[in-house]
Amino acid sequence: MEGTMTTLTPVLTRNWDQPDSFTRAAYERNGGYQAVRTALGMNPDDVITAVKDSGLRGRGGAGFPTGMKWGFIPQNSGRPNYLVVNADESEPGTCKDIPLMMADPHVLVEGIIISSFAIRAHHAFIYIRGEVLHVIRRVQQAVTDAYAAGYLGKNILGSGFDLELTVHSGAGAYICGEETALLDSLEGYRGQPRLKPPFPAVAGLYGGPTVINNVESISSVPSIISNGAEWFASMGTEKSQGYGIFSLSGHVTKPGQYEAPLGITLRELLEMAGGIRAGHELKFWTPGGSSTPIFTPEHLDVPLDFESVGAAGSMLGTRALQIFDETTCVLRAVLRWTEFYAHESCGKCTPCREGTYWLKQMLARVENGQGMEDDIGTLNDIADNILGRSFCALGDGATSPIHSSIKYFRDEYLQHIEHGGCPYDPAKSTLWGGVK
Amino acid sequence: MSFDSDIQGRLETDAKDIIGRYPKPRSALLPLLHLVQSEDGYVSKDGIEFCAQQLGITEAEVTGVATFYTQYKRKPVGEYHVGVCINTLCAVLGGDQIWAELTEHAGVGHDEATEDGRISLERIECNAACDFAPVMMVNWEFYDNMTPEKAKQLVDDLRAGREVLPTRGAESLSTWTEASRVLAGFPDGKANEGVQAGPESLVGLELAKENGWKAP
Ligand SMILES: Cc1cc2nc3c(=O)[nH]c(=O)nc-3n(C[C@H](O)[C@H](O)[C@H](O)COP(=O)(O)O)c2cc1C
Ligand code: SF4
Ligand code: FES
Repeated sequence: MEGTMTTLTPVLTRNWDQPDSFTRAAYERNGGYQAVRTALGMNPDDVITAVKDSGLRGRGGAGFPTGMKWGFIPQNSGRPNYLVVNADESEPGTCKDIPLMMADPHVLVEGIIISSFAIRAHHAFIYIRGEVLHVIRRVQQAVTDAYAAGYLGKNILGSGFDLELTVHSGAGAYICGEETALLDSLEGYRGQPRLKPPFPAVAGLYGGPTVINNVESISSVPSIISNGAEWFASMGTEKSQGYGIFSLSGHVTKPGQYEAPLGITLRELLEMAGGIRAGHELKFWTPGGSSTPIFTPEHLDVPLDFESVGAAGSMLGTRALQIFDETTCVLRAVLRWTEFYAHESCGKCTPCREGTYWLKQMLARVENGQGMEDDIGTLNDIADNILGRSFCALGDGATSPIHSSIKYFRDEYLQHIEHGGCPYDPAKSTLWGGVK
Repeated sequence: MSFDSDIQGRLETDAKDIIGRYPKPRSALLPLLHLVQSEDGYVSKDGIEFCAQQLGITEAEVTGVATFYTQYKRKPVGEYHVGVCINTLCAVLGGDQIWAELTEHAGVGHDEATEDGRISLERIECNAACDFAPVMMVNWEFYDNMTPEKAKQLVDDLRAGREVLPTRGAESLSTWTEASRVLAGFPDGKANEGVQAGPESLVGLELAKENGWKAP
């Protein structure tokens, strides 16, 4: 690939510039609700095969192969199967599902119908975070319109397939994005993770076999049915196939959404985004949200696919590229994320509940200039005691900023300790303060 | 204390609608809590009693759930509940300065309402709009690309009864209780209002069009 530039591949974002893109009329005008007709004429198992062959991997962070997940759903378990769409989007930095549902909720609805048909679910749910009123309105309206047009309800398009779709608003809790906590929340309880196994595919919502997928994963399904698995797999890399939305935020000239094949690099994306803001340079960035270890300028050419980012010591996560320039104090950034994890820890297990609290206390001490050299080792130790010992991935995620910032910016920790405070001026990092 | 009978009757009709959406009634608890919040502005004692009655569970069970989620308020918030994102990305780009200046200006802090009951403030976490940082929310509508000046003006206008429209949202600003009702699953007819996308959401698409880049 050396020398060839990766270009953008708008699929999900393709119609977002049409002022009425969120309406059923616009969606149909642009070719929407054709894939569902194709799918309903197929054998459900062939739909699963198509998604398997496409190579689509979960877009919610973990990258689990979507078709394989669907294949785990037992048929005739005696309990109803369910599809639950994870629209909780709360991982710091992640900002793709919300604009997707605002601009094009019908692609999600069409994806849900096809996916439910494939796994033989007759009731599906969209669990959407509660803090996005207008997006909730758009999704509610899309569902109402889809019922009115006969895409939902009984005997969809004369196929004999029935599907009910319920839109459910969350109420402010990051942990409810974790799939089993989401199920508890959807059942009307505090959102706390469940012990696995049994996995949701065997015993999920109300104990029934359940598929939980991210908004972007499900929204990718109609394009796979329309254009074919090979088409999808022709984009991206050998093991990370297809396109994905890359969200650039922070100290870049043109922050926003860039839809590209997996495997594009930050160097390429930054060039498209007009580079780091004028007069400044890249200091650190997250490849996929705050739970993925930070990267530095030395990682500008790491292909942003699951394998390459993993091999370089981080995770592709949600492709939430939060970019910080040289005015930013890395400890300040890490402390704020750590305060977030401590606040959002559900309290179910000790390593995470206690560990995130101690990390927060100790980091604040270092950032404020009361730290001691030993504190760096202690921070690493506390994080070691959380990582791998927590009940769910929230705890693991909380350790990512700690471990990675100490790895790449130990000197900056020492500087705070020796200097007796933070050497950075936060005013310079603001949008209005850093103009040169 | 309980809701008086006409409120009770109206809420019971709504509750029946909500419960009917789910295979099991208990799933209705989160929307029911949004519903009672749309009545009282917060999860009141009456509201808790109501949810417990409707689902046949104890008030302690309802309280245990309500206190887990930050959107359920234990005391009244303002008619306009103003959130400032202070998660890292927004904080660094100016959210911290906005918060400092705004609390000073409004004279109230985190989770506090002004005496006139118009405004309350909250430090909120990442609201999935980082490309629009610094981000603020009013009654869960988006106010993108904020500055300390715009933030103070926003709060002044809301207090004075002047409407300030969201950047990406409806063409009239719902009150806190009206918004809560939408979250309970009762649409307010505003879905087709407002933009389909903010400019930041379109930068990649526009660049692709300029260069003739397409998916195969
Ligand atoms: C703390 C935590 C928060 C999460 N938040 C989300 C989220 O908001 N949206 C999402 O799709 N996945 C989230 N996930 C990942 C889900 O558990 C799950 O892997 C995903 O929804 C599966 O869908 P996918 O295979 O389509 O990616 C979160 C995981 C953790 C541990
Ligand atoms: S790791 Fe944290 S969020 Fe996950 S179960 Fe344990 S306490 Fe809860
Ligand atoms: S950090 Fe503020 S919206 Fe994401």
